[in-house]
Amino acid sequence: MTTELLVSQFQKKDSKAFEKLYSMYGNSMLGVINNIVRNDDVAEEIVQDVFIKAWNNAESYSSKKGRFFTWILNIARNAAIDYTRSKTFKNSKQNQNADYFVDILENNESLDSQTNGIGIREFVNKLAEKCKTVIDLLYFKGYTQKEVSETLEIPLGTIKTRNRNCINELRNQLGV
Amino acid sequence: MDVQEYIESGILELYIAGSLSEKENEEVYEMIKKYPAILKEVISIENSIVTLTSALASKDSKVLFQYIKAKLNLDSETKVIPLRSEKTSWITYSGWAASVLVGGALIWSLSQNNELQDQIAGEREQMELQIEKSSNSLAEAEKLITIFRDKDIISVPLAGQVVAPEAYAKVYLDKKTNSIYLDVKGLPDPPKGKVYQVWSLKLNPLTPTSMGTLDTFVTDTNKIFTFDANDGEQGWGITLEPAGGSKTPSLDQLYTLGTIPA
Repeated sequence: MTTELLVSQFQKKDSKAFEKLYSMYGNSMLGVINNIVRNDDVAEEIVQDVFIKAWNNAESYSSKKGRFFTWILNIARNAAIDYTRSKTFKNSKQNQNADYFVDILENNESLDSQTNGIGIREFVNKLAEKCKTVIDLLYFKGYTQKEVSETLEIPLGTIKTRNRNCINELRNQLGV
Repeated sequence: MDVQEYIESGILELYIAGSLSEKENEEVYEMIKKYPAILKEVISIENSIVTLTSALASKDSKVLFQYIKAKLNLDSETKVIPLRSEKTSWITYSGWAASVLVGGALIWSLSQNNELQDQIAGEREQMELQIEKSSNSLAEAEKLITIFRDKDIISVPLAGQVVAPEAYAKVYLDKKTNSIYLDVKGLPDPPKGKVYQVWSLKLNPLTPTSMGTLDTFVTDTNKIFTFDANDGEQGWGITLEPAGGSKTPSLDQLYTLGTIPA
């Protein structure tokens, strides 16, 4: 079954399709959220809320607006960013200086037990430094092109191609 | 349009990241529909991002799904155990035989169904296009009528209601492909923060079922939306709801309504 069909089943409240989509994107969303909130327990709570929200608002998704993955990625990033604005987070934020996803990758103990995780640390380490930051801002943090351009002080026009080259590098490493 | 050049531009990577504007997203969507090579590239990019982000998960998230299911009550349907009498052994056997037959037929029809799905997707696009053209010229409108006759499609006008007497919409129900084409050119743009929601109705007793919200109403160029038909529906209504839609229709914001003539 294609992802499109799966998504349309999901929109008709088919719980099997829901479970399948969760198995496809659950880890990815957990990773994205974890990268923002930097707390395993909190991330595991938020990822549940994200999928519950997706289920309850399934009908508001339309393929015209983008990929299903991107839709749920947006819900996940927003939920995680909302949490970082809460008091609980601000009070717990001491001793955290990790800036982007590479740090988590280097410290993730569960990585070795995950089939997909094996080797990724190595692949990512091979990426150029500028690629790591661009990928972090665009995919993990949900920055717009303009925000990336201002944060990294690179011209707006070069972001598209630079990011393309970086993702190509990643794809070569991963073989996808 | 040079497909390779389009791919190399890097727009698809930003599409997956979600950093394009709504308009750009729709343009990419059109390109994906037109060029399989672009879809293939989009899927590869998405896979690479899914793999990368998954590596940051603190554990395998599969174990968390049970909590999600519990919170949503997805497992809570009560199982009904039918009463059985004991003297019906031959009925039981023939029952089993029948169920094997039905099971076999089901598997066969499922595989048929998968093939059909793709075909239907293409057919639906064609129909949307034809309905759109028909509003521009009389000749095209006549052509549409012929298609309806051929395909056994019924059209049901949805008339304007108290809040919007000027509004109108039309439903085309294609029973063969189980598709509904909803033409909403006759609705005004919804106010900010509001969205149209479409309901399929069963009469006696009146039961509305949400078919979805028309989130892209303002940007949709032909104002024709395609849905899967629901079983046994007898009419349709469109209400104005807060963004995101509602669980039940706000009847005081009922814009249009119509039923299949008996």
